[in-house]
Amino acid sequence: MTTSEKSVITDELLAFIGVESKPATYEIERHAVERFACAIGDPNPLYSNEISARSSSYGSLIAPPTFFRSLLPGDYPTTYPEPFAHILDGGSKYRYFEPVRVDDQISVVRKITDLFEKRGRMGTMLFKITEITYTNQHGQTVATQATTTITYGTGEKDSGVDSH
Amino acid sequence: MTVTNFGIEVPTFWFEDVAVGDELPELIKEPDTRQLVMYAGASQDFVAIHYDHKVAAEAGHPKVIIHGALKSAWLGELVTGWMGSAGRLLELDVSYRAIDFPDDTATCVGKVIDIRIEDGVGFVEIEIGLRNPAGQITTPGRALVSLPIKATFS
Repeated sequence: MTTSEKSVITDELLAFIGVESKPATYEIERHAVERFACAIGDPNPLYSNEISARSSSYGSLIAPPTFFRSLLPGDYPTTYPEPFAHILDGGSKYRYFEPVRVDDQISVVRKITDLFEKRGRMGTMLFKITEITYTNQHGQTVATQATTTITYGTGEKDSGVDSH
Repeated sequence: MTVTNFGIEVPTFWFEDVAVGDELPELIKEPDTRQLVMYAGASQDFVAIHYDHKVAAEAGHPKVIIHGALKSAWLGELVTGWMGSAGRLLELDVSYRAIDFPDDTATCVGKVIDIRIEDGVGFVEIEIGLRNPAGQITTPGRALVSLPIKATFS
């Protein structure tokens, strides 16, 4: 980057690295799990057939591995100052420690662990790495998801660009 | 997440059944816009490029695009369906390198790249990916699973 090109990563943005969001807590409802499994098209009986799930090594209905996408984290204490209008999902890295069972209560907290920028065909793009931690009612970390969110461009803001 | 007690389940797929180079059975998905709407609702992801043709066109796409996270879900199904209920998915990494569209066949593929036993647990590492109709892997990734070891099962 030349000195004439100003970084979009301001001190205000940098101050967000490491700041934890408030937790958002969810009851894992049987029908929400079923609806998610149906939406992704996964017929695995562990997500919808109680008799089959009970006789498995899990002993109960569980949620699919990416069900966490439906459990949105809590808000940051102050609004994240997103500089761009458009959003792309770069990918996710999940780590699984315990199953999520129907009737569990899962708390979801996120924090930004890195911010960096790249220049491409769409101009400057801001890369944001967010680590989301999912904790059950027993205080066990059941999983983490590290997401890469890419934002770019100006104009009317995409729906959701401020909340991801 | 390792399993020490299988309850009343008798595993049918074992660590010993897997070798480096094995390919997972392909998982074929035929997504349509209806599925994208279902996924938006189920996941609470209402970014408009996945259901509003005008927004997709403004971003330079011929039609609405598939949620990256839906592609992750399919790759999760590829692995969990293969390993069975006695296996455990430990890690799933997915990277969205190129866009995929509804009405295109999406083929999920996987190949075992490493097997090892550590502390009595059988780990299997798998290279995974989603292939578009042009034969390009748009969505590469990897997964780590544990499988029961037959030799230690009593």
